[in-house]
Amino acid sequence: MNAHLQPTGSAYFITKETQEQERHTLSVLVDNEPGILARVVGLFSARGYNIESLTVSETEHGRRLSRITVVVIATPKTLIQIKLQLERLVPVHKVHDLTAEGASIERELALIKVAGSGEHRAETLRLADAFRAHIVDATVESFVFEVTGKPDKIDSFIALMQPLGLVEVVRTGLAAISRGPQGM
Amino acid sequence: MAERMTGAEMVIQALTDQGVEHIFGYPGGAALPIYDAMFQQDVVQHILVRHEQGATHMAEGYARSTGKCGVVLVTSGPGATNAVTGLTDALMDSIPMVCITAQVPTTLIGSDAFQECDTVGITRSCTKYNYLVKRVEDLPRIMHEAFLIATTGRPGPVVIDIPKDVQFALGDYYKPDLETLRHQSYRPQVDGDAAAIEAAVDLMLKAERPIFYTGGGVINAGPEASKHLRELAELTGFPVTSTLMGLGAFPASNPQWMGMLGMHGTYEANWAMHDCDVMINIGARFDDRITGRIDAFSPNSRKIHVDIDPSSINKVVRVDVPIIGDCERVLSEMVRVWRSKTNQPRTEAIAPWWNQIEKWRAVNSLGYKNSDTVIKPQYAIERLYEMSKKQGKEVFITTEVGQHQMWAAQHFHFDQPNHWMTSGGLGTMGYGLPAAVGVQVAHPDALVIDIAGEASVQMTMQEMSTAVQYRLPIKIFILNNERMGMVRQWQDLLHGSRYAHSYSESLPDFVKLAEAYGGKGIRCENPAELDAAIAEMFDYDGPVLFDVIVEKDENCLPMIPSGKPHNEIILPDTANIGDIIDEKGRQLV
Repeated sequence: MNAHLQPTGSAYFITKETQEQERHTLSVLVDNEPGILARVVGLFSARGYNIESLTVSETEHGRRLSRITVVVIATPKTLIQIKLQLERLVPVHKVHDLTAEGASIERELALIKVAGSGEHRAETLRLADAFRAHIVDATVESFVFEVTGKPDKIDSFIALMQPLGLVEVVRTGLAAISRGPQGM
Repeated sequence: MAERMTGAEMVIQALTDQGVEHIFGYPGGAALPIYDAMFQQDVVQHILVRHEQGATHMAEGYARSTGKCGVVLVTSGPGATNAVTGLTDALMDSIPMVCITAQVPTTLIGSDAFQECDTVGITRSCTKYNYLVKRVEDLPRIMHEAFLIATTGRPGPVVIDIPKDVQFALGDYYKPDLETLRHQSYRPQVDGDAAAIEAAVDLMLKAERPIFYTGGGVINAGPEASKHLRELAELTGFPVTSTLMGLGAFPASNPQWMGMLGMHGTYEANWAMHDCDVMINIGARFDDRITGRIDAFSPNSRKIHVDIDPSSINKVVRVDVPIIGDCERVLSEMVRVWRSKTNQPRTEAIAPWWNQIEKWRAVNSLGYKNSDTVIKPQYAIERLYEMSKKQGKEVFITTEVGQHQMWAAQHFHFDQPNHWMTSGGLGTMGYGLPAAVGVQVAHPDALVIDIAGEASVQMTMQEMSTAVQYRLPIKIFILNNERMGMVRQWQDLLHGSRYAHSYSESLPDFVKLAEAYGGKGIRCENPAELDAAIAEMFDYDGPVLFDVIVEKDENCLPMIPSGKPHNEIILPDTANIGDIIDEKGRQLV
């Protein structure tokens, strides 16, 4: 009956993982106290979970609460463990698996520096317009664009800028919120 | 009502308010204000250790034998780093402990000051929670919150790192309302879900081959939990086995007791786990020493799992009925629900199961071949057990880690919880001697015995000096085989008997060593003289190092080897253990 259940992580008997990995976005509400980020990140490294993206910022100043949005890639079984292990941390209030709990909105912001002249520069501007990227800095030989959207939209924009003189990119990581009237 | 005092005085006041009578510690520069405050009072008694690791294990022994929180006080830097092993041990075995570490003044933090270390960084992953107290205003709340977190839910160690300037600073001490502390993010669930308990009892009512598999959670839930377990076992008539950490929760003298299960558990317990149809796990966590090969673990059973830690559920083994809650509450509910449904144990329905169990029992898997010429380690423990019973004292056993630990678990029998202290999860050699000191501090009139190996005991031997200083008559019963016996056994099993560094050379003369410390030393190598020597050990009113010279190459059996399921357990009559494990099993721990 249990023969198909293959746990991971036992040093005693290491079996091959049979479940497919999935990408999930978790929203974690925590006390904004010193070391909280280290606690969360330490948990991931100590237990061998993979972090794809992580953002953190105080969201309720009065109650000193921060919200951490973390994107993980794991099997369904490990995803449940990640949620339970996070909830076990004393300063963690709530953990929501936004991917599992229904529709959610995911956004990321990127600042992208592109340098060039002539036809490249004109093409850069046309594409930026198509992606609704704002120009936040300009010189005669460069632009800095601010682009917001789903991560794959930003990926596409960066890919298009590559041949047009892409200099560097900075991304905030993912922020996510559930759809509908309910809060966390 | 707030009272004005220094941070150092707040520490002592909070300990007093928490009802702490003993703390284990070692002073140092950054901890001096707290030591000064302690000097000026006599409510909290301080036990001076010889090494901070000793303090942590003493606190563990103290906590596990009393059900109270163990308290440790150490200085900054090396004081804190030396405590790390004991903190990790307490985390793995869910022992309530508050460890106060001193820190360099806040103005020096981060400057690589003398005896500075990043204590909260180092201990973050080996504590249930930790604090760096930056303002004296926070200290009263943190002190009390630390005890709340250490002792509730799944217990564990909490570190409070207090910089020296915070110890000197004046502030208002108050005793916070514990109900309002951590009310938002820390709320352990103690009451099990009623529907889940109902479902569990329904499964038990239909069981034909049931087994109770109990663990340290029953001990942690307090003596009432053990009472409920006994009641439930009696009501149901089901057999009971336990992990290493759970020994004593169910009396070993009860006919329903199957002995310990797992890697060195009994044949009957392991076979019953493999063949059962309903497994009732109470406060155990499907540790890899218990399950053996996971894909062959109890393949035909429905599993009920009671645990206070939600992350333990389905972590290793998928269960059918999870119940999150305190073992004491859940067991008492199970008793109530069972009673509401029936007034009969399932004696007839499970009679064939008991017949089968009796056949397994008849194998006598703990048997060994005794000798007239050399003391067998199992025999030594059997004699120790029999003779300790006649002392008319409460008997507490601690152990180090290795073969002697497993033999103690197999051959010393416990009828009460909180009388067996051992390092289970972390497997810390050197745990037993300081743990015995901690137990003896809590129970001055009891007979406290550390069953030790000659290798383990040397890891924390210096605490013999603590035992002498505080006149703690602990008995250190060393099964001396001049080997790291378990390492040697694994080298026989897995590495062609190439004994790489697994023998004890240049051993001290333990008798002289005991005398050097101011205790008594006894040596015995003749089985015929063993009883008299044990009696001599018991009669001496002070710490004793008892060097029992035992058979050198005895294997600790039965054993479920790496990568094997429960039903492939090795029995004592196996001639050559070197041929059992295949290539794949050799990679495992």
